[in-house]
Amino acid sequence: MRPAFSVIFLTTLIGVGQGLFLALVAGQFYWVIGATKVAEAENFYAFGSLLALVFLAAGLFASFFHLAHPERAWRAASQWRTSWLSREVIALPAVMAIITLYGGLHWLEYRPVLMTFGNMKDLDLTMATGYLGAALVMALFICTGMIYACMKFIQQWASPLTVLNFSLMGSASGFALATAYAGFMESPLIDFFAGGAILLAIAALLGRLTSLWRNKSIKFLSSLQSAVGMHHRNVRQLTRGFTASSFNLKEFFHPGSPTLVPTLTRAYVLLAFVLPLMLMIFGWNQGSMILFSLTFLIQYAGLLIERWVFFAEASHPQNLYYQKVA
Amino acid sequence: MTDTIAKQLALVIDLNVCVGCHACVTSCKEWNTSGWAGTLPDGNPYDADPTGVFFNRVQTYEAGTFPNTETIHFPKSCLHCEDPPCVPVCPTGASYKRAEDGIVLVDYDKCIGCKYCSWACPYGAREFDEEAGVMKKCTLCVDRIYDMSLEPERRKPACVLACPTGARLFGDVIDPDSDISVAIREEGGYQLMPEWGTKPGNHYLPRRKTRQVIHADELVRADNPLKKEGRLPRADEGAPSLDDVTSW
Ligand code: SF4
Ligand code: SF4
Repeated sequence: MRPAFSVIFLTTLIGVGQGLFLALVAGQFYWVIGATKVAEAENFYAFGSLLALVFLAAGLFASFFHLAHPERAWRAASQWRTSWLSREVIALPAVMAIITLYGGLHWLEYRPVLMTFGNMKDLDLTMATGYLGAALVMALFICTGMIYACMKFIQQWASPLTVLNFSLMGSASGFALATAYAGFMESPLIDFFAGGAILLAIAALLGRLTSLWRNKSIKFLSSLQSAVGMHHRNVRQLTRGFTASSFNLKEFFHPGSPTLVPTLTRAYVLLAFVLPLMLMIFGWNQGSMILFSLTFLIQYAGLLIERWVFFAEASHPQNLYYQKVA
Repeated sequence: MTDTIAKQLALVIDLNVCVGCHACVTSCKEWNTSGWAGTLPDGNPYDADPTGVFFNRVQTYEAGTFPNTETIHFPKSCLHCEDPPCVPVCPTGASYKRAEDGIVLVDYDKCIGCKYCSWACPYGAREFDEEAGVMKKCTLCVDRIYDMSLEPERRKPACVLACPTGARLFGDVIDPDSDISVAIREEGGYQLMPEWGTKPGNHYLPRRKTRQVIHADELVRADNPLKKEGRLPRADEGAPSLDDVTSW
């Protein structure tokens, strides 16, 4: 498939925003249960929510470049019964709305206690909003992943691993950003975030390596024989029927050379996972803000490459019909 | 699309007859670029790297090993699937399948040009119109098959009318007595990529060889073992006449 930059930026940017919000909610939970005693930095959650919103809004902005008729985009919310894309179109603004609410409540310090548990811990409105937001964020991860995973004949995508990896990679990059942000705000949650970022990056690496291994051993269900219905052992195309270009050639093939995909695969395994893991551990050791920020930036660049490859490595069965000019 | 439809208009393409002349390609382009829905634009038509929107293409394949090869000319357009994967994925509802005749269409006024439906078609049958910014595809000439100002026999898709060899048949695949259902049944009609459960309306009739087997004993007339040819003797006036036995 042709990697579209609008979609590459959309999926990676909202992944960061979603992951950062998950980190904030997890951090608040960690703090509420009393795992850390130091007082929380002022407005930590409010500014954190704003930062998450910036990433989500940037992703949303990028997505409009994918549409030929952005002025009709509102129509895309109508088919949520059948279309994962439509569900994403609904889930993304919903996530942005609830993050705005979460950040706003923290900003206004409006924290009425909703219920008190047996251990004298309270559930206040901000925490409850956070839980709801976290659930919506997970729903958005599922929608985004399913847009690709539901294409059953694009067999590299048609796997639960697609949804899992979108969620893990988004969360890992969000936690990496949360670590840098916590360092900047001098929050006591920095260790919690750094630990989370490391665990999530390891999980994301394992998930992505599994999908790479799966893609290597895929047995394709379609063949030229089934495409043309000529059940001869030796069938080949003499001509695709035209010498010029066409939508079939532009949309379903990636523009790079055949060796580009393996090269970039190695690059993103290094940039999105291995290097950030090393930097994060080293930065944690040193307590270095610069290293935390660098970790996030390198990981994000790596994820951009990962997303490019995600599209480029997917082979569409229609390509069987477009093998030879003449 | 689990609800069963009453009618499924579709094409049957006889690969045994198609000579690969591309008449259907040009007539399709001509009809659909002049219709109510606007042009099928060509990009850089007289320049380097031209491109263009076509709903129908004729491709050519070869099977076998030289010198025992067979050439197959293979026209391909939207197959109007009975269970079209391109329809439910559309976020706007612009892609739809008509309940009354099974034709899969795009509402050009609703389409946002996200191209998601084209990913969901395993056959690569959808064509994006860069100029209008909407997805297009074969409409089965919906704007002429119901045109009451045409004589009934001309209410057919442009490609069907253009085909000089009669390789393209048009009709309802659900009606078991339609011409195309009979052709599918009797000539071994098949669907493309059946593995994805899309149930294409369009079917293809395979290349088939007509062979005559003559056994040695058929070269000898069993009723004339001595191979004596000639007029049989005239029978008596009163004898009963019988073809093949008597000479008159
Ligand atoms: S051939 Fe493709 S575009 Fe046409 S109905 Fe089937 S899936 Fe949809
Ligand atoms: S390109 Fe148009 S018809 Fe296709 S899925 Fe998007 S909105 Fe629907």
